[in-house]
Amino acid sequence: MKKSNKTFVEKIKSEDYSFYYNGKPALKNINISFPDKMVTSIVGPSGCGKTTLLRSINRLNDLIPKTTFSGDIFLDGISIFDKGVSTVLLRRKVGMIFQKSNPFPKSIFDNIAFGIKVNNITNDKHRIEFEVEQALKISGLWSEVKDNLSAPAMGLSGGQQQRLCLARALAVKPEILLLDEPAGALDPASTSKIEELIHTIKKTITIVIVTHNLQQAARLSDYTAFILNGELVEFDKTTKIFTNPSVKQTEDYVTGRFG
Amino acid sequence: MKNLFDTSTFFIWTAGIALGVILVIFSGIIYISTVGATDYFVPGKINRIQILGDSMILGQIISVQNVTDEFGGIDESILVKVGNREIYGYDFVRLEKSKIKKNNIDKNHPIIIERMQNGNFIGYLNGIVKNTDTIYFYSKPDKEVLLDLFDISNSIKSDIRVYEVEKIGNLNSKIDNIRRKINKLDYQSRRDNKAGKNELRQQLEEQIQSLESKYSEYMELIDELYQKSNSFALLVSDISGNNHIIPAINIHSYYYPNDLGIIPKIKLISKKLWEFVVLEPRESNTEGGIFPAIFGTVMMVILMSIIAVPIGVVTALFLNEYAGNGWWVKIIRITVYNLAGVPSIVFGIFGLGFFIYGVGGTIDSIFYPEYSPAPVWGTGGILWASLTLALLTVPVVIVSTEEALSSIPTEIREASIALGATKLQMVSKILLPASTPGIMTGLILAIARGAGEVAPLMITGVVKLAPDLPLDSTFPFFHLERKFMHLGFHIYDVGFQSPNVEAGFPMLFMTTLLLIIIVVMLNMIAIHIRSKLRQKISQGLL
Ligand SMILES: Nc1ncnc2c1ncn2[C@@H]1O[C@H](COP(=O)(O)OP(=O)(O)OP(=O)(O)O)[C@@H](O)[C@H]1O
Ligand SMILES: [Mg+2]
Repeated sequence: MKKSNKTFVEKIKSEDYSFYYNGKPALKNINISFPDKMVTSIVGPSGCGKTTLLRSINRLNDLIPKTTFSGDIFLDGISIFDKGVSTVLLRRKVGMIFQKSNPFPKSIFDNIAFGIKVNNITNDKHRIEFEVEQALKISGLWSEVKDNLSAPAMGLSGGQQQRLCLARALAVKPEILLLDEPAGALDPASTSKIEELIHTIKKTITIVIVTHNLQQAARLSDYTAFILNGELVEFDKTTKIFTNPSVKQTEDYVTGRFG
Repeated sequence: MKNLFDTSTFFIWTAGIALGVILVIFSGIIYISTVGATDYFVPGKINRIQILGDSMILGQIISVQNVTDEFGGIDESILVKVGNREIYGYDFVRLEKSKIKKNNIDKNHPIIIERMQNGNFIGYLNGIVKNTDTIYFYSKPDKEVLLDLFDISNSIKSDIRVYEVEKIGNLNSKIDNIRRKINKLDYQSRRDNKAGKNELRQQLEEQIQSLESKYSEYMELIDELYQKSNSFALLVSDISGNNHIIPAINIHSYYYPNDLGIIPKIKLISKKLWEFVVLEPRESNTEGGIFPAIFGTVMMVILMSIIAVPIGVVTALFLNEYAGNGWWVKIIRITVYNLAGVPSIVFGIFGLGFFIYGVGGTIDSIFYPEYSPAPVWGTGGILWASLTLALLTVPVVIVSTEEALSSIPTEIREASIALGATKLQMVSKILLPASTPGIMTGLILAIARGAGEVAPLMITGVVKLAPDLPLDSTFPFFHLERKFMHLGFHIYDVGFQSPNVEAGFPMLFMTTLLLIIIVVMLNMIAIHIRSKLRQKISQGLL
């Protein structure tokens, strides 16, 4: 892999990180750094290990039985696998949005309040109401649902549900947001709303986004990583990856001659 | 024709037929019980029957059956309820139609008197005895005259009740308490092998003596009241013209079945229905109401649910969320699922051995040694019966809770974990609320199975006649060690164990109907709660 000169603050960094499902490798010796308060997109063909990498950062892969890993991942210079690190606190810092929107079978309000309550951010009723409102405003959902906060979240449209999930993640004030094809199942209008939202928050938060949509990656991200068969092929500024990649495979992929 | 064997049409037809059969069976059960029960509530007319040989019979025709007589011909056998058990020694007679000379509805205003003992009296009302006066009637008497008589006897009756139930009952429990203390003292001195606190014992004995003298005082008073009540009575005669006196206090109700208009008839039927539900049984369960059995059934089902649901839910949560997927989990799961198919009597025997002899016996030997050898907890009671049924129904709750849990998508679990929830928070705040409809389904199935069970109850605490309800106004209100009555057992007892099976038959049908109604009602309540919960969940309020 070709490395570019680093000109950013590393928020997350992986060192020789490999990951195995049932002993079968899904990620091989990944060395990558995600820049602080910027958007990094991860692209690559289906099954190359994008989701696996993303879920390693908040240790969600811990939930899958019979998985192993080697190497290390650091958040702010501290290993996330350290004995002293609590997964609960880690996941509070690292929010995640999934490809398929997954609101709880609860009301809109309770969906957002859940994270606030379980993380003991506040127990004051008015503070919770305030935080819920803030989160809904950031995600642009407030005007659509403000009169109906006790309505079931499952009754929202797909795009609204995904923005609710974003609001839910943002309500616990994470430092990092992992997005796994957040617009993968959405129509263009909803997609552009999500993209706008990422634009508004990218100044304050580190974002890692997995996407199959290369235009989206180009539009949104400052840096781009290209993964192939569990290996990191190239990582660089987005403009560089899309206009002048150093590796042949990357060029093939971004020009659509591949995968 | 070819279309009929087209698979989808074929399945629709089979399903339709199956459904039809089930509906027919179910409505058949309801119909039979209702028809059988009607006899009990709709007052039949009284017939005057003259038999060859000129003896007369007065009674209600209950049923007519075809039988073959001694010459091989067909004859009709008529079952007649004649009442007056203390005179004839039986309630029913069977007559062959060929031996009946004359049979018509009696126009002489025969009366049916439902008595507290000895069943119904069927005959004629001739007059009343009121204190020292005797008044003879020459036609049907005014209602007021009789009402007046019953007013007096009722007031005496309530006086007697005050003494019998409240005062004597109070005395009895006081005496019991002191006896218990004495027993305890004796037990202690025996155990420690030294002379007991004789002074204290002496005092207690004296207390008992004074209470006992009070007791005999009350008994005398009651005796006097009974004496007094005997001088308020009805003068009646049977078909043979013999006169009898029935004290008003011994009369539950009376009516003229052959003179009833439609509205009094309806009134009478509804009164009987009402009494059936709210009164206690009389005359070895063939008369009166079945309130204690209803109460026992409902209370036992509620207790069972209170025990089975939490245990089932916690077990299901453990199996599904914490136990993982090892071979031992699979074995446990298979065992639990198969437990649902174990015959209920096996659970009953387990309950008897484990709860009653094991747990109950231990409780007795630790906390109630002075009662020995009489058991307190070491004998059947509503708690042990409910626990046994809870064991029987807990697999059902586990299975449906597990089903509900496994239908919650992984994404929802991951979403809550990714938000920083602990596993316990995920389980208690997301999974549990989302699976409440499934849990309720388990409860519904558990009620359906538990409410109709009789076999395991027979050895864990059900009795034919329980003197007290397991819930009453004396401290500590819940008496879970008490034996109780149950509709299912009541059916068995009235229908097949009673000395007077024919008298109990309508009662049997009515009880069956009521048991079905109660099971259906308990289920309806659970279903209603479930649909409310579903609504709440879909509105996100849980
Ligand atoms: N739970 C799992 N158990 C076993 N193998 C898995 C599991 N999840 C993913 N894999 C395997 O790991 C590899 C990487 O999967 P991953 O989901 O990370 O790919 P991806 O890049 O996100 O693909 P896509 O673009 O289709 O989402 C694939 O070969 C996949 O089959
Ligand atoms: Mg993926």
